[in-house]
Amino acid sequence: MKKILLAGTILILGFAGVIPQLLAEEQVNSLRGDHALDENSIEPEMKNWQLDRDPIARDHVKQPPLIPHKTQGYTINLKFNKCMSCHSWTKYKDAGATKISQSHFEDRDNNVMANVAARRYFCTQCHVPQVDAKPLVENTFQPLPTVK
Amino acid sequence: MSLKDKYKNLQGWLAGFSVITLVVSAFALGIIFWGGFNWTMEMTNTEQFCISCHEMEDNVYMEYQNTIHYSNRTGVRATCPDCHVPKEWGHKIVRKIRASNELLHKVLGTINTREKFEANRLELAQHEWARMKKTDSRECRNCHSFDSMDYTAQGRRAYKRHIKAVDDGQTCIDCHKGIAHELPDMHEVDASVVVGQKSK
Repeated sequence: MKKILLAGTILILGFAGVIPQLLAEEQVNSLRGDHALDENSIEPEMKNWQLDRDPIARDHVKQPPLIPHKTQGYTINLKFNKCMSCHSWTKYKDAGATKISQSHFEDRDNNVMANVAARRYFCTQCHVPQVDAKPLVENTFQPLPTVK
Repeated sequence: MSLKDKYKNLQGWLAGFSVITLVVSAFALGIIFWGGFNWTMEMTNTEQFCISCHEMEDNVYMEYQNTIHYSNRTGVRATCPDCHVPKEWGHKIVRKIRASNELLHKVLGTINTREKFEANRLELAQHEWARMKKTDSRECRNCHSFDSMDYTAQGRRAYKRHIKAVDDGQTCIDCHKGIAHELPDMHEVDASVVVGQKSK
C-alpha cells in the first residue's frame, strides 16, 4: 500500500512540475513575436489613405475599379449614398467623376431597374480606397497580355 | 395719491442724492443688467446647453461625433453654436428669438423619440439648409472663406469644384449638406443618390 502511494505521489509530482518544465525548454514563439515580456512590440507603420489621383488601371478583366481618393466619412445607408452624389448619371459630368456602370442597374434576374439595384448599392463592398502598403506576401500575378 | 404727486415724490427722493451718485449708480446698474443679460445669453450658446435636451444629445450630437467638425488632425473643433448661432449680435438676437419656437416643440414633444425625429428630419434639415442658403452660409464663413482658401493645396476634386463654385456664385451649403449630421431620407430631394424606391 505504502509503495503504491509513494509511486502515485512521484507520478503526480512529475506531471505537475518536472515534465512541463522540461517541455518548456523548447522556446515557443507566440503570435506577439519573439519579444521579452517587458519590451514593447514593434509598432506597425501608420498608413494614410491616398489623396486624389487619376483613375487606377485595372489588373484583370472585370476587376471592380479601385477608388483613387479618400472616402472617410462617406455615408452609405438606406437614406443616402454619398458616392452617388458624384458618380450617378445625373452628377458625373459636373463632378468630373467616373459614371456608375449600367450593369449596376440590373437585379439578379437581369431586370434593368430605374435606379441602382439593391445588390449593387453598397459601393465599398467591391470598390475600395487605397493606402501605400507593400504586399505582406510575395505575389507574382501578371495580367494576360491579350486582355491587359 | 395721483400720478402727478407720485412723480413729485420721486423728484423729491432723487433730489436727496448728488448728481455724481446718481450717474455712478446708473452706470453700475447698466453694467450689471447688460452684463447679466449677455452672460445669460452666452450660457445658452454653449454645447453643454444644447445637449441638455435629450432630443439633441441622442440624435444630432451622437452623429456629429463621427464627423470632421468634432475630431480632426489639427484639433480644431466647431461646436453646435459655431454653426447654428450667428456671431454678430443683431443676427444672434433674431436667431435666439426664433429659437423660442424650439422650446414650444420641446414642450409639445414633437421629436421626443428617435422615430419622431427621423420622421421630421427632412423638414428640420430643409429649414437649416434654407437659413444657410439665405445668409450665404454665414456661419461656415466665420472659419472658411473663399478668400483665404489656397486651392492649389486642395485635392484634385475639391479645387476644381471650389473654383467653379466661386464662378457660379454658389454657397457652402449647396454642396456640403449632411457634413456634421446624418442626412434625411433623400428620396424627395434627389432620388439619384438613394437606392430604389422610397423606404416606407
